[in-house]
Amino acid sequence: MSLAELICPAGTPAALRTAVDAGADAVYCGFQDATNARNFPGLNFTPQELAEAVAYAHAKGAKVLLALNTYPPAGKVDLWRQAADTGARLGVDAFIVADMGVAEYIARNHPDIRLHLSVQAAASSPEAIRYYCENFGVKRVVLPRILTIPEIRQIRKEIPCEIETFIFGNHGLMVEGRCSLTNYLTGQSTNLDGVCSPASDVEYVRAEDGTMASKLAGFTIDRFGPDEKAGYPTICKGRYTAAHRSDGYYAFEEPISLNLARLLPELIDAGVHAFKIEGRQRSKSYVRAVVSAFRNAVDEIRAGRTADIANLVALTEGQKQTQGAFATKKWR
Amino acid sequence: MTKLTMGPIAYHWSAERRRDFYARIADEAPVDEVYLGEVICSKRAPFQEADLPGIIERLERAGKTVVLSSLAEVMLRRERKATEDLASMEAPEIEINNAAGLYARGTRPHRIGPFMNAYNEATIRWMASKGATHVCLPTELPAPSIAVAARMARDIGLGVEVQVFGRASLAVSARCYHARSHGRTKDNCQFVCEEDPDGMPLRTRDEQPILRINGIQTQSEGYLILLQELPQLVADGVSHLRLMPQAVDMVTVAEVYRAVLDQSMSTEAAEARLRQVCADTPFSNGFYHGQAGYRRIAQASLA
Repeated sequence: MSLAELICPAGTPAALRTAVDAGADAVYCGFQDATNARNFPGLNFTPQELAEAVAYAHAKGAKVLLALNTYPPAGKVDLWRQAADTGARLGVDAFIVADMGVAEYIARNHPDIRLHLSVQAAASSPEAIRYYCENFGVKRVVLPRILTIPEIRQIRKEIPCEIETFIFGNHGLMVEGRCSLTNYLTGQSTNLDGVCSPASDVEYVRAEDGTMASKLAGFTIDRFGPDEKAGYPTICKGRYTAAHRSDGYYAFEEPISLNLARLLPELIDAGVHAFKIEGRQRSKSYVRAVVSAFRNAVDEIRAGRTADIANLVALTEGQKQTQGAFATKKWR
Repeated sequence: MTKLTMGPIAYHWSAERRRDFYARIADEAPVDEVYLGEVICSKRAPFQEADLPGIIERLERAGKTVVLSSLAEVMLRRERKATEDLASMEAPEIEINNAAGLYARGTRPHRIGPFMNAYNEATIRWMASKGATHVCLPTELPAPSIAVAARMARDIGLGVEVQVFGRASLAVSARCYHARSHGRTKDNCQFVCEEDPDGMPLRTRDEQPILRINGIQTQSEGYLILLQELPQLVADGVSHLRLMPQAVDMVTVAEVYRAVLDQSMSTEAAEARLRQVCADTPFSNGFYHGQAGYRRIAQASLA
């Protein structure tokens, strides 16, 4: 059986301590700049904070994974290299990378620190994964959220590294690292700036008929009735019209959360080494609840008992949830 | 001399439409290189394969360099096989759009496609060390980064390509949004994407055109058009300018770009001519200017 490590989000130092206390095997975090894919206001770590976080986590037996998982635009590569050097100096346990230039730099300059391949690299086949393993010594791949469990099981047999999969949180629709939707509407790039549907460009506008438009950079991403709760304008979760769909439909996906609680035993059996919980932008109380619940579930399963997953399912109560691509090919 | 290229057809055009298109490109379009092959959806590939040798022969006879492009998304067995088969070819040249293709190709010569995320000089230098001879930069890269990347790539002997016409690819997914809009899934899509040779328009609920669906791909509503920017691109070391096939008169589009490159047509006249060809599709160049991609930055406002 795989180790089934629990990899937990740490958007702030407080969230990091909360996740570690709640039983995270590892936490992932980033610096306060474009070098990571959650470059949101009020999130992430200064070097001093990261130093303290590493000390805290290590004292409690947890690892710290540093996300350097965006793509440096030409002319700005040094920012990513300096972030890697700083992370190495502060003793992080692994770097999570997507860009080949960044991976090559770390492999050459910090060969003793583990490299994890970010979901942003979109490596969805054994061949793509082996490319990164053989060239950069990648030890673990975070799989794109587009594969079924039988496909994951097959990949596991054909690659020389560990597998990490997302199990809970935001459900990205597009192939990660290949999406410029936000940049098209706002001028801020997911790949280059670590930004997705930024709050600074969001507004909610009430019309005279009582409907509410949720807008991103002036574009109506969805419109809600007077009694509907207006959702956040994430481009791939909006409602649009097409010639044959004049009613306004979820062209990509509904606003929905990924929750693989019920699939945990199958994922462990398929050889998944680590489970990732999304949500560096989430509150401490959310992190505490989700990490504790999954900690209990994973421990039960590893002890050969049936996990009580009722409270995991309840975590998304009131919000729609999905098993995404993992359960069936019909998702595609 | 700066070369004009015709990128791979992103859409599910019928076999007949493709044959007619490439016959005209071979006979009439002043492009130097033509990329062929299915890049977006592996289910479409069988419809094209029978005609491919004839199209290659026709284009080469007309003096065009032919390059075969690989799939952007490689996940299923048939996609892995298709990528491996392409990577094993000695000729024509190939353009790789997924790391699975890089793995299969090893250090034999190849081009790097726009889906490979070659955003910076370190990555391009790495790719060149593994056999890349040519790189197509991502469409969202802004001008200062294009300049740095292109100069470095040129200096180490690589061809450098930038898309200057056509819808920008904004995202790919495992899910088919064409099928979804018709209540189907990818596996039973019945190739409904063939109905939209220039992509399926999505509008906001305020009736504003915003995006185009092309199977698993999401594209910009506007055509990305770089015209006034051409002299700077060339000065920065960009050697190839890519025209993406849209459902418009692509021969005229190619003629316009060739004329601007040859300085026999002003950019104002060129834009007016493209406007005639492209009906009411909006033009955009925001990515190049570091702004929202859909924006159109007018010449007068450029410093």
